[in-house]
Amino acid sequence: MVAVATLPDVTPGGPVPAARPGQRRAWRGIVLVVAALYFVVPMAVSFWFTVYSEGQGFSLAAYGRILSAPGFLPSLLLSLGLAAATIVTVLLLTLPAMLAVRLGASRLGSVLELIATLPLVVPPITYVVGISTALRGGIDALAATPLWATLIAIQDERFPIVLVLAYVVLTLPFAYRSLDAGLRAIDVRTLVEAARNLGASWPYVLFRVIIPNIRSAIASASFLTLALVLGEYTVAALLGYQTFPVWIVTISGNDGQLSVALSIISLLLIWLLLLTLSGAGRKRS
Amino acid sequence: MTARTVTAAAPRGGHGRSKNWLGALPLLVVVTVAFGIPAVTLLVGAFTVRDPATRVSSTGTANLSRSLQGAYLNALLSSVQLSAVVAVVAAILGTFLAQAVITSRFTALREAVLTFSGVLANFGGVPLAFIWIATLGNSGVLTTALGIGPGTLYNFWGLALVYLYFSVPLMVLVVTPALDGLRPQWREAAQNSGATTWQFWRHVGIPVLTPALLGGVVLLFGGAFAAYATAAAMVGSTVPLVTLQIADALTGDVLIGYENIALALSLDMIVIALLVMAVYLPLQRRSSRWLR
Repeated sequence: MVAVATLPDVTPGGPVPAARPGQRRAWRGIVLVVAALYFVVPMAVSFWFTVYSEGQGFSLAAYGRILSAPGFLPSLLLSLGLAAATIVTVLLLTLPAMLAVRLGASRLGSVLELIATLPLVVPPITYVVGISTALRGGIDALAATPLWATLIAIQDERFPIVLVLAYVVLTLPFAYRSLDAGLRAIDVRTLVEAARNLGASWPYVLFRVIIPNIRSAIASASFLTLALVLGEYTVAALLGYQTFPVWIVTISGNDGQLSVALSIISLLLIWLLLLTLSGAGRKRS
Repeated sequence: MTARTVTAAAPRGGHGRSKNWLGALPLLVVVTVAFGIPAVTLLVGAFTVRDPATRVSSTGTANLSRSLQGAYLNALLSSVQLSAVVAVVAAILGTFLAQAVITSRFTALREAVLTFSGVLANFGGVPLAFIWIATLGNSGVLTTALGIGPGTLYNFWGLALVYLYFSVPLMVLVVTPALDGLRPQWREAAQNSGATTWQFWRHVGIPVLTPALLGGVVLLFGGAFAAYATAAAMVGSTVPLVTLQIADALTGDVLIGYENIALALSLDMIVIALLVMAVYLPLQRRSSRWLR
């Protein structure tokens, strides 16, 4: 198709540099204009939707209502808490495992690779079906044992550990890839051996030698995890927890303007996170 | 120097092997518990048939065959159709957009579009649905301003339009490195040999890009196929989709054994996703041969 658009003024047998740039610019212009319209119009229109209503005219009140909306703070705090717990857990689990692979247990490498790929293949909704069935079955089967109390505890509504576990699995691929890129750039084996030969303890090696060297990879893994957890709806909604995205849907029934205002803010948030991310990446290079 | 490192490391390597293995243990345990148990439950449950009257469970394929009939089959087919349409259209549009940006003289445009694509490719779920509802929903701004009838958005094509909002940017991100890998020398060589632009694309450009393009299609298919939040917030159940059916079956009446239908439908979905993935992996290996 690209070629069809430029075909008419190309005579076979000789390059015609003079005529082509103009022609090419034409199709490029059309593509860019259509794309710009498609992507910008909904955003601009949604913003208009949040600030203008026929009864009240122009007002930014919808954005003011966010803070006072019932349930805003608890759900946001829950999501932020889950994100923090997920980031810490996924880093503490993945980093030692990846170091282990690089320091000798290389046969585990393909196992790690598999673990970091599976969550991408399995649709989140099927994962929730598995989790909720397992939880229900577990409660029935373990009713008489002490594990029953554990199962109840991890489903605590105030801080559902089961969601942290699910999010750790879902973010593993992203954390793994970020950390892999960071670890690739340094010579892990030499660093560790040098530090160990000089008498450094294992925690010292991890926190004072390895981590400072892959700081930006850790930052990018954390930001990706944060973005994923803050936006995750499927798992939380179907397991019945009021995280921030679930709350946005709940509130949308009462206040359309408010929910669109929240959507625009989440778009800005993603943009901000990505900006920070690319900033961290640039510092490294 | 090298020799010394090796001899120094050798005894420690043997000694440290058991310790090294322990480093991966917490991750393996957590993944086994958090991923393995749900996966096994799903697999076992999909093949467990519970008699509603006697409440006796037995192994069989009744759930699976029920999940491939009537409304369930309909939803499954509709999901596959929607994902395929979105994937192919987004792949074509995304490639054109990426090529338009790459060949542009303005490097600032390229930066801006790539950043924007990064943001929009990650922008899905509920907020995406609300932005489109505000735009083209029944009381959306454009709907009332242009006098379009209600229900424009709440059908198959409306959903496809919305899914393109994150699929096209994703394709731009995926295909840009591949388009960058098309060396100008190939084009010059083709031109000097008297090839037209069409001939260049037909015999050089598209064959080199094919693995990357197909890989992109597979990725987009997976994204659209697994999407639930956007559809749930937008269409409710006016468009039959397998993800919506699973959610209904899961939250619906447990007594009648819908839960096992949810499990069977999930298994159907995973099988489709795995089949699609099986196409993707060899393709990616092939594309990396040319685009280095």
